[in-house]
Amino acid sequence: MSTFSAIGDEREIDRDEYTPSVEPQPTWCPGCGDFSVLKALKQALPEVGRTPEETLLCTGIGCSGKLNSYLDTYGFHTIHGRSLPVARAAKLANPDLEVIAAGGDGDGYGIGGNHFVHTARENHDMTYIVFNNEIFGLTKGQTSPTSPKGHKSKTQPSGSAKEPIKPLSMSLNAGASYVARTAAVNPNQAKEIITEAIEHDGFAHVDFLTQCPTWNKDARQYVPYIDVNESDDYEFDKTDRVEAAEMMRETEESLYEGEVLTGRFYVDEDRPSYGEEKQAIGEMPDEPLAERYWDDDYEWERSHDMFLDKHA
Amino acid sequence: MTDDELIWRISGGSGDGIASTSQNFAKALMRSGLNVFTHRHYPSRIRGGHTYTEVRASADPVESRGDGYNFLLALGDSFARNPQEEAVYGNEEIKPLSENLDELREGGVIVYDEGLLDASDIPDFDERVEENDWHVYPLDLRGLARDMGREVMRNTAGVGATCALTGMELDHVEDLMRDAMPEKILEPNIEILETAYDQVSEEHDVDASDVSVPAGEHGETQLLMSGSDAIAYGAIDEGCRFIAGYPMTPWTEVFTIMTQNLPKLGGISEQVEDEIAAAALAVGASHAGVKAMSGSSGGGFALMSEPLGLAEMTETPVVLVEAMRAGPSTGMPTKPEQSDLEHVLYTSQGDSQRVVLAPGTVEEAYEQSRLAFRLAYEYQIPSILLYDQKLGGEMTNVPKSHFDREPNPALGKTLSEDALVDEPHSGDGKFHRFQHDVDDGVSPRSIPGQKGGRFLATGNEHDPTGHISESPDNRVAQIDRRTQKLEAIRDDLDTVDTGSYAGPGDAEYGILTFGSQQGTVEEAVGRLNDAGVSVKSYGVSDMAPFPTEQVEAFVESVDEVLVVEMTASGQFRGLVQKNLGRYGEKLSSLLKYNGNPFEPAEVVDGFEAAIVEGDGDASGHQTTFVPAAGD
Repeated sequence: MSTFSAIGDEREIDRDEYTPSVEPQPTWCPGCGDFSVLKALKQALPEVGRTPEETLLCTGIGCSGKLNSYLDTYGFHTIHGRSLPVARAAKLANPDLEVIAAGGDGDGYGIGGNHFVHTARENHDMTYIVFNNEIFGLTKGQTSPTSPKGHKSKTQPSGSAKEPIKPLSMSLNAGASYVARTAAVNPNQAKEIITEAIEHDGFAHVDFLTQCPTWNKDARQYVPYIDVNESDDYEFDKTDRVEAAEMMRETEESLYEGEVLTGRFYVDEDRPSYGEEKQAIGEMPDEPLAERYWDDDYEWERSHDMFLDKHA
Repeated sequence: MTDDELIWRISGGSGDGIASTSQNFAKALMRSGLNVFTHRHYPSRIRGGHTYTEVRASADPVESRGDGYNFLLALGDSFARNPQEEAVYGNEEIKPLSENLDELREGGVIVYDEGLLDASDIPDFDERVEENDWHVYPLDLRGLARDMGREVMRNTAGVGATCALTGMELDHVEDLMRDAMPEKILEPNIEILETAYDQVSEEHDVDASDVSVPAGEHGETQLLMSGSDAIAYGAIDEGCRFIAGYPMTPWTEVFTIMTQNLPKLGGISEQVEDEIAAAALAVGASHAGVKAMSGSSGGGFALMSEPLGLAEMTETPVVLVEAMRAGPSTGMPTKPEQSDLEHVLYTSQGDSQRVVLAPGTVEEAYEQSRLAFRLAYEYQIPSILLYDQKLGGEMTNVPKSHFDREPNPALGKTLSEDALVDEPHSGDGKFHRFQHDVDDGVSPRSIPGQKGGRFLATGNEHDPTGHISESPDNRVAQIDRRTQKLEAIRDDLDTVDTGSYAGPGDAEYGILTFGSQQGTVEEAVGRLNDAGVSVKSYGVSDMAPFPTEQVEAFVESVDEVLVVEMTASGQFRGLVQKNLGRYGEKLSSLLKYNGNPFEPAEVVDGFEAAIVEGDGDASGHQTTFVPAAGD
């Protein structure tokens, strides 16, 4: 038996394998968009052939963080905003793992915004799903980084004076090599996009519009939606940064005018992932570092033999 | 004070090569058979500003900076601001000379670069020279270097002059230059070294100097090493192959050494966006099965508070190093202090469970770096190695044989897939990663990618599978189990005994200290006993879990105890009292927080004034005495 025999296990996978027995039914509110993310993942993972034990799901804090309780894989439910640094280190330590990170819009674009920018910049080979419901849900309805200007809440009683974050544009500028937006109300597209994101070799960012029926009643339910890759009204080349940027700008503005545009906005298949970049400059081993600790034949180096003579 | 010692101070401006010149000179002294110890003083500035390094050399063991010094090599500050009376930096041009006179011992030697320094600008210079019987040698080092092609070589010329005046052979210095310098600059440097040496020997009556290099001999190969080097090598020998960090003085040294060496070992170093990410990366890498570390200094470590708590709650092994500097806030970035003790002990919410070790010497830095990893991985807990700018930056000689040890890459209680089969699982196949009833409180772990090891790590309270749980019974069982690990670690540490003891066992008085002040305290204890004062010392390294039994026995065995530390509020004394729960009337404090570490004489004088004479007035020093409760 090898050290990590779950990795590369070629077998049929039943989507029920991802349903834990302890909490098979999520405790999200009825009508919550989060159910769609869970469903899309349960469909996508068997399709890409990744079993629960070769997958590491890292989440942040909030309603979205509960994903770890409802998707039965190896999981790391981290702290608010910090799923990305935990996830990307795990990927560096063992690149054979399928690493997925997830969190809400407050988690990813607010408190974890710095990590989001830098993880995208570095183009780690992983998937990042942001549950974007334009509100803080689990703390009961405060204005979030993606709430529209003028949004009223208990913490913004006069309406927010801030322009919302533009997550797609931010992601593109930071360096993500796959940027998409999908919506809970469009499960087929969601499944396809999540599948593509997992298969993409680089940082794949999916802004997932998840309506909040409890705290964001006034907001759109993200219907009707338009797939910009399929609609004849939109024409742009998703492999072209400039055209992608323009399409993102239009998408981000139109959301607040009631038009829900979704789809793949930017795809760069050529950019090497961060792991590949590090290997190319000799700063990351070819074999997964995590394997070495189980290799009985490995001769562990000692400082005594390697580094001390320059001190003599 | 050892009579037969050289304490050589080289001064100049930041960026003038003071650090590298002094390091080479220290190594030459070490190679000549002497024990050496260096002390750095530098501003938070890249170019210019008063900086010096001291090299203390003796045939006897040296574990501390000395009292003052006896040989000054004052080079000019190439980046000195123009003299302006009102300006905060004053006259920087003369500082390499003027700032160093107060601590120069009677009969000491001054060599200064008259090409850059004008002694007549220094008030009362001649009177002070006469009064203190200093031997002064103005030399145009810059002129000599300029004539020979490169002005930066004035440092080498200064070393040549030092050798001539102290009777030191040039062989070791030249050997070192051959090791360190590229061909192109080697020859002119050798030439200027010899020219300065010959010139000083010919023009001056060098026998008249009161200061000479002592003779010594080492029985085995010595290494010149800093605490930062030792911490990094300890980590490497314990199988650490992942580090993440963000630059901050003085922690940057460990980060740099690791980063430069890890690629040669097939390891990974990550410089990341901030310290929150740095510590979180170390947690993520460790979770995925790699021995990992991060670290910072005070302000950066503050950002690590959250991931530290996450590591505690998820029982993810990780080592963090904390290089203290003077605080609060940005404080004094390049000055040593020990005032982050309470910060690292208590930061992060909830009932904390962590190991904190504070090594006292370079050797201990190596050993306790290894120990921090061993404890972190065996007990699945964060270990913090607490040191400071002083221990991190000062260099001393250590026998090479000290490092001739076996590596230890073991991950601790981590299960193979074969072993996982026999462990408890839930019906759906989830591994019980956090079992309630286990030896020492340590529940064996699995690594992502293993078949049969699936579990959830979460910062929420959780049941044996890792699933979030707020059941009162489970809560009590889990927190009790995690706390139990601390008791097991304490038992483990009792067998290691990281304490350092000096002085006679039946002494009348005691001195307690922790971390980097240990060597200085032990030198002071030696001198006090020589002077007929019966005193012993205990340098404590285990800050958490605290060696209550051992410290209590020490305090119990003496009449009075002076607690020596570089804090303003007596944090270590507070920790001792918190753990002992009594003896407040027996413990007084000697504190120093002016940005400079203790000199042995300050501990001697402070002890005599506070304990022997009892009035607490150690006048002439920038130390503070805080009496025992009730005094």
